[in-house]
Amino acid sequence: MSDSTAIAQGASAGAAPHGEHPSYQRHHFETVGQQFDATNFAMWIFLLTEVMFFGGLFTSYLIMRNWYYRAFVEGSHQLSILWGTANTTVLIISSFTMAMAVWSAQMRRKGALLLFLGLTFLLGIAFLGIKGIEWHEKWVKHHVPGIHQYSEQAFLNPASDPEVFKEYHDKPLSPGMAQKTEEYFFLYFAMTGMHALHMVIGVCLLVYIFIRARTGAYTNGHFTFVENFGLYWHFVDIIWIFLYPLLYLISRY
Amino acid sequence: MSAATIVTLPDQATARIPKMNFLTKENGLLSWLLTGDHKRIATLYLISITFFFFIGGALAGLIRLELLTPQNDLVAADTYNKLFSMHGLIMVFFFLVPSVPATIGNFLMPMMVGAKDLALPKINLLSWYLYVIGGLMMLWTMCVGGVDTGWTFTTPLSTHYLNTHVVSAAMSVFVAGFSSILTGLNFIVTIHKMRCPGMTWFRLPLFVWSNYAASILMVLGTPVLAITLTLVALERIFHIGVFDPAFGGDPLLFQHLFWFYSHPAVYIMILPGFGVISEVISTFSRKRVFGYTAVAFSSVAIAVFGFFVWAHHMFIMGISNYSALVFSLLTMLVAVPSAIKIYNWAFTLYKGSITFETPMLYAIGFMGLFTIGGLTGVFLGATGTDIHLTETYFVVAHFHFVMVGGMLMSFLAGIHFWWPKWTGRMYPEKISQLAALTTFIGFNLTFFPQFILGTLGMPRRYAAYPPEFQVLNVFSTAGATVLGIGYLLPILYLTWSLKYGAIAGDNPWHATGLEWQTQSPPLTENFPEIPIMDHEAYDYEWLERMERKEVASV
Repeated sequence: MSDSTAIAQGASAGAAPHGEHPSYQRHHFETVGQQFDATNFAMWIFLLTEVMFFGGLFTSYLIMRNWYYRAFVEGSHQLSILWGTANTTVLIISSFTMAMAVWSAQMRRKGALLLFLGLTFLLGIAFLGIKGIEWHEKWVKHHVPGIHQYSEQAFLNPASDPEVFKEYHDKPLSPGMAQKTEEYFFLYFAMTGMHALHMVIGVCLLVYIFIRARTGAYTNGHFTFVENFGLYWHFVDIIWIFLYPLLYLISRY
Repeated sequence: MSAATIVTLPDQATARIPKMNFLTKENGLLSWLLTGDHKRIATLYLISITFFFFIGGALAGLIRLELLTPQNDLVAADTYNKLFSMHGLIMVFFFLVPSVPATIGNFLMPMMVGAKDLALPKINLLSWYLYVIGGLMMLWTMCVGGVDTGWTFTTPLSTHYLNTHVVSAAMSVFVAGFSSILTGLNFIVTIHKMRCPGMTWFRLPLFVWSNYAASILMVLGTPVLAITLTLVALERIFHIGVFDPAFGGDPLLFQHLFWFYSHPAVYIMILPGFGVISEVISTFSRKRVFGYTAVAFSSVAIAVFGFFVWAHHMFIMGISNYSALVFSLLTMLVAVPSAIKIYNWAFTLYKGSITFETPMLYAIGFMGLFTIGGLTGVFLGATGTDIHLTETYFVVAHFHFVMVGGMLMSFLAGIHFWWPKWTGRMYPEKISQLAALTTFIGFNLTFFPQFILGTLGMPRRYAAYPPEFQVLNVFSTAGATVLGIGYLLPILYLTWSLKYGAIAGDNPWHATGLEWQTQSPPLTENFPEIPIMDHEAYDYEWLERMERKEVASV
């Protein structure tokens, strides 16, 4: 083809920005369906990278746990199963409300979408709040390794921590093993911290989506962003579903 | 050789670069910094990786200068450690990993699959910004004193013993890693979802296949590096962690996690290069790539096997004999798909109408050097010889043959090959052939003596060495000077050609790829209308029919 025809056709293609297709369709896609497929597929691949990211952490955890099993058991006894279970429940419910939000967007129900987004947001905040309470507890007990004078007292002499001792009747750990509880808490904070970071990102995105949804952005048939965010939210949920037994329930299964 | 050329340029007296193209569509700095156009982002990447290449190259020059004499005289031993660490970090993460995919790949991928752009243009731009942020962090690290862990961040050296800027270097690699993840993700989605009508998987150019395989590695491997470096940083900041034996951690765990990414990373670096070579060899032999399907699948096979060989970096680090045995066997397996490629390119050349334009010179250089690099890899993959050769200059020579002789040669082949498409102008042929030759000679002079040094037992990563190794080291340093000139030349004449090069026309090589069937430089939308693929890749008879028809219609 000669250059002049290329220019002419290029110019005409550029001159008609939005032809017959909806305004939310980006120019480089042929159809809305292709756009949805592509972004949805991209989200799944992104989640795959997230799996690999957490995979490295889980591998480290598994090896340390095999080496220092007793330290991990007694470390896990310091966590509150009550709070942990509560948080698991909160997250599972939030996954349900998120799924409902996606459904509302698909059904073009703006009121329901706002309601479910709001609920998901509140549950996300609740999760982070409970996590904060738990972390604070660790801080007070000097179980935060690295920055706040780590105390091995509760493991060298379990009876010194009557609340936990009453429930588990742990035997004292040898000084070497008691030191390894630091390893447990390091991984506890690394894993729950990384998870909480993902939750914070999720909650921030929820605010953004909520504000845009009020203007009707996702109830006009273009719900891709809500759907993809839903995938992210469920993924963060699933990470917790693994973290909960690995960190809280070591001696119970 | 003089008459043997396939280049046909339009009549220079009348030819013009098309007024409307992706370079001229919009003007101003912001139109570049906020662009979504994959070709503009590729251009941004090209400029930034060239910048980092020359910084890494300057560091390499200093390393070679220090090694000119056996004594430790040009720089202190500490400084030398920082030099090779920064050289490695910059070259691996800021040149080799993004080199072909983020520049040539970004430029070509949508055109090769027949799309207007990558699936996610904004993510593409974000990946460039992440690259720049990571690069600036690395430059900052270098300016405030650098890091001397080697590019491998080996624990507990990096977490416990050193006083240099490990955390900022690790975070810089972390950020750059996300840039590479986003590029890989974008490619995978584009190849799956954006192909034009008629573009089946087995009509895709082999460049697309090899970038697809590299993208899989980027997407699956890089996050593991990210979490590993995060743990290293946490361990360094809080003095508690999972890698340092003083805290009850396991340094081997670090090695496993690190090489789980960093071995596939070498395939991230080389696979896109394979793609370039397939295109170039086919075009300059005027033949379909021999065994198209085998070459396509061998890329995927390399990606798959690449994930199961990482522990061959750890044979002397205390892994069990049994796992060394298994990993050694698996390592030998990777040689199979690599050999499939080399053989198939050789068969493509066989009875082809070969011409020796610059890209072809680089590609032929690649075939020789990569073969040497690959075969010496077998020495290192065999547990018996590895014990003698590992941590010597043999290893250095081996990976420079693969990375510099392989990847850099193919990168330059690709840059020359697609330069007329990118800029609309030809590079000057004679001087670029000279540059290709200079690079080849300089490269061999630099790195071949290092194989001998390695077998003689000269260890890597030391600023001083026994006097009996000096002769070979002088050869190597002399070669590095020649190599440096070989790399400076393209910068000069390619810049020159931007203004003074001959106007190239749409398809100066008579190549078959879809990217050659549109104007040069292309429109922002690549094609005036979405093409329909009605023939196999590398179908020169189809091209001939097309060109005859065009002549007839004019």
